[in-house]
Amino acid sequence: MKEIEIKLPSDPRYLKIIRNGISHISEICGFSDEECNALTIAVDEAAANIIKHTYNGDENQTIIVRFTIKDDRLEIILRDFGKKIDPKNIKPRNLDDIRPGGLGVHLIKSAMDEVTYDNSPEVGNQLIMTKYLPGGK
Amino acid sequence: MLEVKTRKQNTVAIVEIEGEVDLYSSPQLRKVLLELTKEKSPAILVDLANVKYMDSSGVATLVEALQQVGKYSGNLKLANLRDAVKDVFELSRLDKVFDIYQSTNEACSAFK
Repeated sequence: MKEIEIKLPSDPRYLKIIRNGISHISEICGFSDEECNALTIAVDEAAANIIKHTYNGDENQTIIVRFTIKDDRLEIILRDFGKKIDPKNIKPRNLDDIRPGGLGVHLIKSAMDEVTYDNSPEVGNQLIMTKYLPGGK
Repeated sequence: MLEVKTRKQNTVAIVEIEGEVDLYSSPQLRKVLLELTKEKSPAILVDLANVKYMDSSGVATLVEALQQVGKYSGNLKLANLRDAVKDVFELSRLDKVFDIYQSTNEACSAFK
């Protein structure tokens, strides 16, 4: 098992650091180019959602991204310390409804095998995203 | 960093974007596109040849511009999508909503 952790401010100009991280790690895990792109956008969208919705655009908060490469899966945990999010309110939008916004959750769910919203930490939330390695499930 | 340049080719306003369009940079693109739709530019072509990455805020910006253009019966087309950007449009099922072309020349001819 290998663990990589990135701690960064909730400032959109640092999102590229997360993208570079997930892109490189998914390549190491042996995912196809298409899967690497989908994983990159999923993790980027998840972090952007924290900035927009959990921290309401406050750029001085903290996001921790932890990548864990296990025998059969890549697990990505995004930890925030903002207001509690009710998982019931997080839904992908109907794609037939053409309008700006609301695509992030759909992109996250399309890329990942499992997505769990955990608001059990005393402060903040954590989003656990899992993608099984090629041939891992 | 994102670079957004606009040039005219006959009646077509070509918006050339270079860089990565994400939550940080998409407002810059939005500003340029909304200026064009505000002046009711009849034909807008967004050239994505040099866009390596686009997130949902970038896609939302293009959807918003498309809707604005529709209000005055103008036209907005996209050209030169790289695979990573094409993937986002396909995953969002927006590849059927936008007119997408392989080249700027092909897209410019399609305005006529």
